[in-house]
Amino acid sequence: MPKPKPAQKPVEELTYEEALAELEGIVEALEGEQNPLDESLKLFERGQALILRCGGLLETAQLKVQKLAGETLVDFEDESQ
Amino acid sequence: MQPSLFNETLTVSQLTFRIRKLLEENPGLQDVWVEGEISNLSRPASGHIYFTLKDRNASLRCVMWKTDAARTRPALQEGAAVEVHGKIAVYEPQGQYQLIANLIRPRGEGALFQEFLRLKAQLEAEGLFDPERKRPTPELPRRIGIVTSATGAALRDILNTLHRRLPLASVILAPSPVQGVDAPPALVSALQSPILQSSDVILLARGGGSIEDLWAFNDERVVRAVASSPIPIICGVGHETDFTLCDFAADLRAPTPTAAAELATPITIDDLHAQLSTFHSRLTDLTSSLLADHRALIFTLAARLRFVSPDRRIQSEHQHLDELSRRASSALTHRIQLQFARVDGISKRLSALNPEAVLSRGYAIVTRIEDGRVVSSVSDARGGMTVRVSDGEFEVKRNS
Repeated sequence: MPKPKPAQKPVEELTYEEALAELEGIVEALEGEQNPLDESLKLFERGQALILRCGGLLETAQLKVQKLAGETLVDFEDESQ
Repeated sequence: MQPSLFNETLTVSQLTFRIRKLLEENPGLQDVWVEGEISNLSRPASGHIYFTLKDRNASLRCVMWKTDAARTRPALQEGAAVEVHGKIAVYEPQGQYQLIANLIRPRGEGALFQEFLRLKAQLEAEGLFDPERKRPTPELPRRIGIVTSATGAALRDILNTLHRRLPLASVILAPSPVQGVDAPPALVSALQSPILQSSDVILLARGGGSIEDLWAFNDERVVRAVASSPIPIICGVGHETDFTLCDFAADLRAPTPTAAAELATPITIDDLHAQLSTFHSRLTDLTSSLLADHRALIFTLAARLRFVSPDRRIQSEHQHLDELSRRASSALTHRIQLQFARVDGISKRLSALNPEAVLSRGYAIVTRIEDGRVVSSVSDARGGMTVRVSDGEFEVKRNS
């Protein structure tokens, strides 16, 4: 866990990678340093929220395909099907 | 030329056999490449293929046996310009010589292959294929770029694979023709598109085809664009056995488009699920052991606190008080007993002085009735008097 804590974003705004990285940091912080108990419990709660966020993202993940059309991106519909 | 009358006359079979030996024992006719156009193509149910190879001035009957035909790519068609490899044989029943073909390739492929080798050697010498140039591809790409035909089976295979393995990712397709003269510049411009280059990894792919079909991926411009890409490229062109120069220049070579999609997603959604559940149990275990530690600490502290508690001092003060009280009460009892003893002694002495006690020994107290005075001398005795003895009194009168 980086010492100067960045302002925490609500978990709903995190990407999978962000949520996972933060979760990893929390687990390491709990494993390593001796934090005050209430801080540890806050970390635990945050960790649980992050796990829910990640799990939700995995459950609902849908491959998003866009096609390059000139300089812009448009949603791609498989023309071969 | 005069015919010799004495020469032996041969049967047709014997002559044909001589011709057959002549042709079939000639090394120059037994391992030969010949080029021409295909005509009279026939594929009977036997599986053998019959055709005539011809150019402007001549034609050659050809046959390809079923086993070789099965290995031949379906480039065989009427009018196709091809190069055929085989040996000359004689078909005796018809008195015809023919080419027994075992390999067919589009005309020009031999030259293409020479060009392939030349360019490969040149680019290799320039260091474009050096292993040190290869970058690792990301383990968990967020954005995957794809350069291939928008309508090919390769794209469908890739998208199916990505959807199955990592639906978290997003895909940017830079469509490009993958064969023909337009393909190389289109592939280069797709690879160099800034939007595509915002991907974490790029898949360059094409389904299987002949060496000519895959030729765009041997084009020097395309190979150089692959080598100079700022984003790692995985190249999956053709089948396992096809190697293109793009394969050598890419950071990673995949045998097929599907394999390219697999290599681009070494971590799948199943791995992520497993990782998440590991984190979940680590977090839970850590927190419950943390709480257990704190509980144990509190237990110890509580015991220590009890030890130094004022309760203890209060108790000990109580005890002290009890002690004092006990001592006080015992001192008091003692004093009371002493007092009792004294009273007893005084009482005894007092009773010794009691005149009543003297009476019991036979003495009597005589008092005058008239004035109640005690008669202690003869002169006092007159009139009626009361005599008091130990158990009562009676009256007497003085006679003399």
